[in-house]
Amino acid sequence: MRSICLYFQVHQPFRLRTYRFFNIGQDHHYYDDYQNRHIIRRVAEKSYLPANNLMLSLIKEFGSAFKVSYSISGTALEQLETHVPEVIRSFRQLADTGQVEFIAETYAHSLSSLGNKDEFVRQVELHASKIEELFGKRPTTFRNTELIYSDHIGEIVADMGFHTMLTEGAKHILGWKSPNYMYCNNINPKLKVLLRNFRLSDDLTFRFSNQEWSEWPLTTEKFVKWLNKIEKNEEVVNLFLDYETIGEHQWKETGIFDFFSHLPETVFSNSNFSFSTPDQLYHKLQPVSAISVPHPISWADEERDLTAWLGNELQDEAFGKLYSYEAKVRQCKDPEINRDWLYLQTSNHFYYMCTKWFSAGEVHKYFNPYGSPYEAFINYMNVLSDFMIRVDESLNVKEPSVQEAEPIPASKRKSSPVKAAVKAKKKPAKGVKKAK
Amino acid sequence: MFGWEFPPHITGGLGTACFGLTKGLVKQGVEVIFVVPKAFGDESKDGFRLVNASDVTLDFTQAWTKEHLERIQFMEIGSNLVPYLDPEEFETVVNKEVLTGIQETQSVFSKQYSFSGKYGPNLMQEVSRYALVASSIATTNTFDVIHAHDWLTYPAGIAAKKMTGKPLVVHVHATEFDRSGEHVNQPVYDIERQGMIEADLVITVSNLTRQIVIEKYGIAPEKVITVHNAVEPVDHPELSGVTKHVKEKVVTFLGRVTYQKGPDYFVEAAHKVLQRDSNVRFVMAGSGDLLNRMIRRVAKLKIATKFHFTGFLAGPEVDTMFAMSDVYVMPSVSEPFGISPLEAMRSNVPVVISKQSGVAEVLQHALKVDFWDIDALADAIYGILHYEGLSKMFIRYGKTEVDNLIWENAALNILEVYNKAVYK
Repeated sequence: MRSICLYFQVHQPFRLRTYRFFNIGQDHHYYDDYQNRHIIRRVAEKSYLPANNLMLSLIKEFGSAFKVSYSISGTALEQLETHVPEVIRSFRQLADTGQVEFIAETYAHSLSSLGNKDEFVRQVELHASKIEELFGKRPTTFRNTELIYSDHIGEIVADMGFHTMLTEGAKHILGWKSPNYMYCNNINPKLKVLLRNFRLSDDLTFRFSNQEWSEWPLTTEKFVKWLNKIEKNEEVVNLFLDYETIGEHQWKETGIFDFFSHLPETVFSNSNFSFSTPDQLYHKLQPVSAISVPHPISWADEERDLTAWLGNELQDEAFGKLYSYEAKVRQCKDPEINRDWLYLQTSNHFYYMCTKWFSAGEVHKYFNPYGSPYEAFINYMNVLSDFMIRVDESLNVKEPSVQEAEPIPASKRKSSPVKAAVKAKKKPAKGVKKAK
Repeated sequence: MFGWEFPPHITGGLGTACFGLTKGLVKQGVEVIFVVPKAFGDESKDGFRLVNASDVTLDFTQAWTKEHLERIQFMEIGSNLVPYLDPEEFETVVNKEVLTGIQETQSVFSKQYSFSGKYGPNLMQEVSRYALVASSIATTNTFDVIHAHDWLTYPAGIAAKKMTGKPLVVHVHATEFDRSGEHVNQPVYDIERQGMIEADLVITVSNLTRQIVIEKYGIAPEKVITVHNAVEPVDHPELSGVTKHVKEKVVTFLGRVTYQKGPDYFVEAAHKVLQRDSNVRFVMAGSGDLLNRMIRRVAKLKIATKFHFTGFLAGPEVDTMFAMSDVYVMPSVSEPFGISPLEAMRSNVPVVISKQSGVAEVLQHALKVDFWDIDALADAIYGILHYEGLSKMFIRYGKTEVDNLIWENAALNILEVYNKAVYK
């Protein structure tokens, strides 16, 4: 029996409100509560809830033959808990079937794996604990924000005790190799690596409703025919998708729900595939080889690199400034500062600053609340400026000696412990630049 | 092609645009006869013919003139009009002369007209006479398309079309709504509308203007085509030596201080920024009917030590002003195109422009705000001044972006319009 690994990413950021420079130092609420509430409710109604119900009914129908896995970011979980707790309940029901694996990621869906190792580890722990608390099982599989992966990141993940990690089956790392096997990390072979089959996955996420597409409409029969065309000795087809694909990116009217509700049935009757979770695959499959990824990859865009989030002057300045405060935030006990610290790290903020889609990219515009990357940057920097003042003030009150008793917040950035922190964090970021 | 002015004798953006466009067309292999009311003789005219309307003799005894008189409707206009773009002349020009209709026109008919080529009190008269001369020029030259720039030359374009039957393309660089807000000058509006109606195709310098032409002049959308303006690539090596004598960052408004340009929003935004950051200076360069009001407002806000007025700047002074600026702001209420941000970007100055400007349609590496949104405007200025990444980005991409907005490309689009007009 060969396997289909069906995995969904669930993520929503805390979008920032319009935050002007004259709010700096006066107003410490950064989030567009109305927008965030509105979006999470809409997506829950159009996608999460009906999709969960669909998965539940498939599990009831097919028992252990049908399996699915999820990663849900901490920022999405929090918003669901506050605004649509029935989604959490419905995920719990899925967890209770025993056919669903919940996967760990960074709590804030952040780029911390590229910014600061300690922060990365802390956030993964935080998320794993949250998942355990909600769904009763500590994750053993890890997937990084937007499937970002490199040999080095994999090594850190292995050290944290995860045995499997998901990433993109990017053409430029695979070459002639197929993504449909189990691989392992190039530095620590104990970590098994599953690679996304981007062709079949993108058929569902991007092309499903595209009437210009020569394969439209996509039926389960056609999809299973493609699965059957895969070489007989290839072991696993990894379909890694945004959960919002079902019902939000692809509306109900496109037939996406019908597709998924008929998929298991067609798979079972017309092929020798079955459904597995990453954890099952870890126990079942041996790696065919190590996969070498010296520079980080992701599942974004044609390039499958990091340029959606990092690399232009805006993104690099925002990212650098943010992580230059990691050491300071560590010393802060204020729960609100620590909360904002997480929310401000969410990758979406950097994605909004990307300039490479000026001409093309409808997908990106759809997800971007800002008129231009410049507006996104200014707004983020205003918020970050206020955040930095708060961190400095909080430290000043508690430990004035640490900051060499300088009264002006701006000058504090120059103090030596921070500089050291900046240097330490720049290292992975440089690797990023080379990757381009 | 009918224009009103040609470099170096220009008072507004129209002459510069016509010049760039003509050169672009010539490069695309188009033969251009450019007619101006008055040629001074020192105009640059590589590759095309510049016809001086003042040199054309009208002879009443010739049959075609009579025919022409029958076939052309003159647009006689009462002349108490405040005509065109130039701010200096905009203020209080009142024309005491009144056209006395056909009689006066005829009395000066059989001789050479001398056109001033300026936007003066006799403008309406000149417009009519220019139209008359245009028809003469039209019958003595061979061409395929008539192209008329802005309302001053529409009567000329119409006359030429009536005489020859050749297709007419009118080019809208600005409308009366841009110049006067909602209080339009009816006779000017009428000429504009007449020109657009008679034209086979209408070119607008932006989609913003296209919308106005469709909505306020009632022109069929399929007849109106946008061709964005471009800029001449120029380098100012002599400016590398310019240093500013203040240590603060400089934020500049440069343009006519009139309702259309939104100077009041600039003053209010400056006030907001200065409340937070006193390490900035604001400069308002230009003059106009709102200048005194702006000075009073600045005084009232008590920001006069950080807010400066230069009066009208010309030529090299403008370049120097750009060289000293850290941010250029164009908060126009209504701007058909707006070439000055491109000039700023060419000098590596980051720009903040209003969304109500045509140039916003072609620029990506600029901050765009609604002109009335003072908070957003202040925030954009503050952002450029404080977050280094922004100016780095603008300097890295802005100049390249502007350098790619060349007239040859615009001319290619115009050529398409010509083809459509001829073969439709």
